[in-house]
Amino acid sequence: MTRAIIGRAPRQGPTEIPTIDMSTSLGNLHLLAPVLTASGCASSGRELDQFFDITLIGGIVTKSVMLHPRAGRPTPRMAETPSGMLNSIGLQGPGVEAFIERDLAWLDQRGVTTVVSIAGTSVDEYARIAQKLRNASGISAIEVNISCPNVDARDQVFACDPDAAGHVVQAVRRHSDPRTPILVKLSPDVTDITEIAQSVARSGAHGLSVINTALGMVIDVDTMRPKLAGVTGGLSGPAIRPIAVRCVWQIRKVLPDIPILGMGGIRTGLDALQFILAGANAVSVGTMVFNDPSAPLRVQNELALALHERGFGSLREAVSYAHRAHADGSVVDLRPGDHEDS
Amino acid sequence: MPLQVKGEILDVRRVGAYSVLSITAPGLPERTRPGHFVTVGMGGEESSMVLRRAFAIHNVQERGVYGGSMDIVVGLNGPGTRWLTERRRHDPIDIVGPLGRPFVLPKERVACVLVGGGYGSAPLFMLADQLRERGCRADVILGASSEDKLFGVLEIKRVCSTLTITTEDGSQGLRGRVTDILGESIEKFDAAVVYACGPMGMLEAVADIAVAHRAYSQCSVEESMACGIGVCMTCVLPVIGDDGVTRMVRSCVEGPVFRGDRVRWEDVGTIPADALGAPAEAGT
Ligand SMILES: Cc1cc2nc3c(=O)[nH]c(=O)nc-3n(C[C@H](O)[C@H](O)[C@H](O)COP(=O)(O)OP(=O)(O)OC[C@H]3O[C@@H](n4cnc5c(N)ncnc54)[C@H](O)[C@@H]3O)c2cc1C
Ligand SMILES: Cc1cc2nc3c(=O)[nH]c(=O)nc-3n(C[C@H](O)[C@H](O)[C@H](O)COP(=O)(O)O)c2cc1C
Ligand code: FES
Repeated sequence: MTRAIIGRAPRQGPTEIPTIDMSTSLGNLHLLAPVLTASGCASSGRELDQFFDITLIGGIVTKSVMLHPRAGRPTPRMAETPSGMLNSIGLQGPGVEAFIERDLAWLDQRGVTTVVSIAGTSVDEYARIAQKLRNASGISAIEVNISCPNVDARDQVFACDPDAAGHVVQAVRRHSDPRTPILVKLSPDVTDITEIAQSVARSGAHGLSVINTALGMVIDVDTMRPKLAGVTGGLSGPAIRPIAVRCVWQIRKVLPDIPILGMGGIRTGLDALQFILAGANAVSVGTMVFNDPSAPLRVQNELALALHERGFGSLREAVSYAHRAHADGSVVDLRPGDHEDS
Repeated sequence: MPLQVKGEILDVRRVGAYSVLSITAPGLPERTRPGHFVTVGMGGEESSMVLRRAFAIHNVQERGVYGGSMDIVVGLNGPGTRWLTERRRHDPIDIVGPLGRPFVLPKERVACVLVGGGYGSAPLFMLADQLRERGCRADVILGASSEDKLFGVLEIKRVCSTLTITTEDGSQGLRGRVTDILGESIEKFDAAVVYACGPMGMLEAVADIAVAHRAYSQCSVEESMACGIGVCMTCVLPVIGDDGVTRMVRSCVEGPVFRGDRVRWEDVGTIPADALGAPAEAGT
C-alpha cells in the first residue's frame, strides 16, 4: 500500500532478489546493517558467533564493563514474566583491563563493528573507564549505560537525573577519543524521557540508545518472598516493546536529528520496523537472543523483506516515517537521509 | 559446536512420574557426550514464555530414518514442562544443543560410582555405557523420594555393573538417601571417580563423601538459566579455579558438570566475600 505513496519500483532485473540498502548511521558511526545486539544479551559476541556469522549484522554491543572485576548479585538472578523476564545480574564482569585484553582483542581480530558499553558508580569511574578505552583498538562507538546508582548522590540513578546524566556524558567525552561516537543509554523509569534526552544531547551525546530495562518485581507465592535475590530487577522482552516504541517516538519528536539506537522486546523484523518508523536509525535485539540465538540476523533479514514489501528502497527512507504520515499537524519534516551526518 | 534444530516429536512415553520425549535432531547425536544438555523453546513462535528450558540429553540415536534423534526426560514442574508433556507425535519442537561441558571420562580403567537423584539419572545411561566400553566398572545408585520418582530402573540395569536403589519412603530398594550408602559403595568397589546428577543438596553431600573417601567427583548442577549459551550471566555459582581463586562462573558453559571439590556448595546463592569482584573488595 505504501508502495504507491513512495512510488518506488522494484529494483533491477526481474530475476534478481530484491536488494534493499540496509546501511545506516549513528552519528559518524556508519553501519552496513541496522541490527545490533543489546548490551548484556550477547556477552562479547563469541558465543553467538557459533550460531550465525556476527560480522553480517550491524554490530555487537558488549556487556557493560566497569573499572574493576565485579561478581554481580547473588542468585536467583532472573524470573520469567509474561512475554519477558526480570534480571538482576548486577553487572558481573571482568573489569575494563581484562575486557580490553580478551574480549575487545577478539572482536577486533574478528572484524566486528563493536560498541563498547560502559557503566560506573560515579562520574569519576566513567571517566576512568573512558580513559582506559581511549587507546584500545577495535572500538567503533561507546554506549554509556547510565542506569546505575550514583554512590556520590545517595545511590540516585544517573539516568533519572538530567544533571547527573549530563555530567557523566561530559566526563566520558572529555576522556575518550574525540573520534569515537558516544551513545547514551536511557532508562524508561523517568517522568519525561525527553528531558533526559535533551540534557544528554546538550552535554555532547552523539546519539541515544533507547531503552534500558524497566524496573520490576515478582513475588514467589510459594516462599512468599521476592523471587530475585536482588529483590527488584530489570524487565525486558516483548512485554516492554510498546513502552520502548513510545520512548523512541517522543524523543524523535523533540530531537529530529539525534541518532537513535532503538530497542526493547524486538522479536521479529516487523517489531524492528516499528522502531525504525518511530524514529530509530538502528535497533538492538536483546532478550529474544535467549529465545533464538540467531535472532539478530533473522530480524535483520525479516526487516529487509518488510521494508521491501512496503516499497522502501532503503532503510534510511523508513526512518521516522510514522512521524511524516502522522496526521495531527505536528509533522516533523524528516526527509530520507536526514540523520546521516548529524 | 551447538546446533539450532527444528525437530519433530517422534514419541512421548510416560515413565513413572516422568515423560520421555523422543525428538528428531539431525546432527546432534554425533556431537553429544554424556552430560551435555539441550534447551527447548516453549510454546511456539508467538509464545509468551520467552525463555528456553534446559534438559539433560538422555539418549541419542545416530542413524535411522530421521537422520538422528534424541530423548529427554521431563519432570512436571511449572507451565513450561507442562506444555512439553502435552506435546504429541509430529508436533514441531525447537532445540538448541548440545550445550555445556560434559562429564570427563577417566583415561584409565578405574571403577566409577554413578549417582542419580530423580530425573538426574537421565544423563547417566550414556555415561555408564561409555564407561563400560572403556573397561571401567559403572556401579549405579539411583534414589528418589518415592518409587514413581525413580527414573529408568529397568533400563539402566542393562548398562551398569550393579544397581542400588534408595527411596526416602522405602517404596523401593533401601529406605533412605543415595548418600547413605555412597561411602560404602566407593570403598566396596574401590571407586576412583563418582559421577552425580540430581538436586543441589544431594550433589553437595556427594562431593563431601567423595572427598572423604579420596575419590574424584564430577557433579552436574542445575541452576536457573535464561540463555543456556553463556551470554546472560544468570546461571552463576561460586567455583574455585586452578589458581585457587573463587569466581562466579556460568554453569551453562563452564558446567553444568563441575569437579565436586571445586564448587563452594554452602555458598551457592551468595557472592562469597573472597570471590573475584565481590562487593567487599570493589574499588580496590
Ligand atoms: C542443565 C540442566 C539440566 C536439566 N535437566 C533436566 C531434565 O533432564 N529433566 C527435567 O525434568 N528437568 C531438567 N532440568 C530442570 C528444568 O530445566 C526445569 O524443570 C524447567 O526449566 C522448569 O520449567 P517450568 O516452566 O516447568 O517451571 P517454572 O518454575 O515455571 O520455570 C520458570 C523459570 O525458571 C526456570 N527454572 C525453574 N526451575 C528450574 C530448575 N529446576 N532448573 C533450572 N531452571 C529452572 C525455568 O527455566 C524458567 O525460566 C534441568 C535444568 C538444567 C539447568
Ligand atoms: C540479562 C540482561 C542483562 C542486561 N545487561 C545490560 C547491561 O549490562 N548494560 C545495559 O546497558 N543494558 C543491559 N540490559 C538491557 C538490554 O541491553 C536492553 O536495553 C533491554 O533488555 C531491552 O531490550 P530487550 O527487550 O530486547 O532485551 C540487559 C538485559 C538483560 C535481559
Ligand atoms: S544461562 Fe545465560 S549465561 Fe548461563
